[in-house]
Amino acid sequence: MSTKRKVYLDYVATTPVLPEVLEAMLPYFGDVFGNPQSLHFWGERAREGVEEARGQVAALVNGVAEEIIFTSSGTEANNLAVKGIAQGQVAKGKHIVVSAIEHFSVLHAARTLEKSGFEVTVVPVDNYGLVDPDEVAKNIRKDTVLVSIMHANSEVGTIQPIAEIAKVVKEAGALFHTDAVASVGNIPVDVRQLGVDALSLAANQFYGPKGAAALWLRKGVRLIPLMDGGVQEGGRRPGTENVPAIVGMGKAAELALKEMSQRAEKQRRLRDRLIAGILSAVEHVILTGHPERRLPHHASFCVQFIEGEAMLMLLNNEGIAVSSGSACTSRALKASHVLIAMGIPHEVAQGSLLFSTGLDTTDQDIDYVIEKLPPIVTRLRQISPLYARFLKERGG
Amino acid sequence: MPMYSDKVMDHFMNPRNVGEIKDADGVGEEGNPVCGDMMTFYIKVKDNRLEDVKFQTFGCGAAIAVSSMVSEMAKGKTLEEALKITPSVVAEELGGLPKNKYHCSNLGAQALRRAIKDYATKKGLKLEGLEGEEHEEAEEN
Repeated sequence: MSTKRKVYLDYVATTPVLPEVLEAMLPYFGDVFGNPQSLHFWGERAREGVEEARGQVAALVNGVAEEIIFTSSGTEANNLAVKGIAQGQVAKGKHIVVSAIEHFSVLHAARTLEKSGFEVTVVPVDNYGLVDPDEVAKNIRKDTVLVSIMHANSEVGTIQPIAEIAKVVKEAGALFHTDAVASVGNIPVDVRQLGVDALSLAANQFYGPKGAAALWLRKGVRLIPLMDGGVQEGGRRPGTENVPAIVGMGKAAELALKEMSQRAEKQRRLRDRLIAGILSAVEHVILTGHPERRLPHHASFCVQFIEGEAMLMLLNNEGIAVSSGSACTSRALKASHVLIAMGIPHEVAQGSLLFSTGLDTTDQDIDYVIEKLPPIVTRLRQISPLYARFLKERGG
Repeated sequence: MPMYSDKVMDHFMNPRNVGEIKDADGVGEEGNPVCGDMMTFYIKVKDNRLEDVKFQTFGCGAAIAVSSMVSEMAKGKTLEEALKITPSVVAEELGGLPKNKYHCSNLGAQALRRAIKDYATKKGLKLEGLEGEEHEEAEEN
């Protein structure tokens, strides 16, 4: 196995940290170790690092620096947005709207709010994973305070018509948050153009470090912090700043903005080759998510009659790293709620396989996957009673 | 990858006794594709012994390894001996299974049991280790 090619195609799980990003971070583990809240020289230099990063991150989404609240993860940013905004609006009402394919950090945050008297409406998606803006409009009530619908889905790659949804939400007088963790840094994201009130992003989706993420929050939107503490992040996210990670996030944001179109173009080409290659090399495979409105580095499938974890293990054995939304790959042993919400039958969802390309991906990597996947599928289908049944039914 | 033992990996990578027996004396199915795992066992019986055992499995690495292990353990055994193969014996033989895989992936022994029962019902046999199950089954349905 050690001599085999190693192909990482799980960039949606996390990207590596770019060398330039790591280089920018290193001084903050060394000489520039100060606490940004300290008034002395050491504090000041650390504070400068954080504030420069704030500007870089804001620029990536076309916001202003004061609107960025640094958090420890996309999950924290989503929790802060959903709980913090909703709780800040209780005088107006206690109803929120989310989509069926949100990340659990939004869906479960909404469920938690139910325990304190909020009502939650979950809007459906179509077979491509798209939310219909009219469906959102229909479900907004007088007491609706917040709508949270993700920008792009990391499991199926579908990109939502956020600007249209934001428009109907605004017209109805509610606030709108979008979880843009999967999209920011990979496609252009402009908070003004989208017309949103809050937006979550995470550094490890665009070649920054883990442990750094942010909530962009439009000036003037009330937010109740998740934690009590000091004055960091304007009191909205207390706790000593993770300075090196924040600095790394800033550098990664700067590079992502600068290289956005050239990165996306390369990813799109590799992705399209991978999709075309797999669909032609393997029978009975479904492309999940929208064929065009999808992330440039994202290719997701359901391979019928076999199960995702078994495929993952055999691919791993060939040095190929991917992920799956099958029940067996989740700790909870439940098939992906995203695939089920899209109307994909459970047994088909079990064959979920998800590839995501990145800056280090090459054409040879794609060729290698297209070569290695078909025999793995054949091998597992030869064991599968579902495939045997299918062949019998087709034959008879 | 899940924390699988070497033995599980071996049976997953090189499953024994895969396939279908066309003129099987008994067939047993367990699990369903909705929950993630489904296994079908086929048996051939001669002189009260499992002359041949084959299986087909839809499921994760553990499910495939379990089926393979059960087929290997069962082959050559008398029907009564084969009925003593339980999920915990299989898991032990495999050097353990991850905790969350124990329930849904460890259905091989039940699938084999169903195949033996299928055979016994067809032949009108009463087997030690199967008594009372017709009754249970009736209640389930």
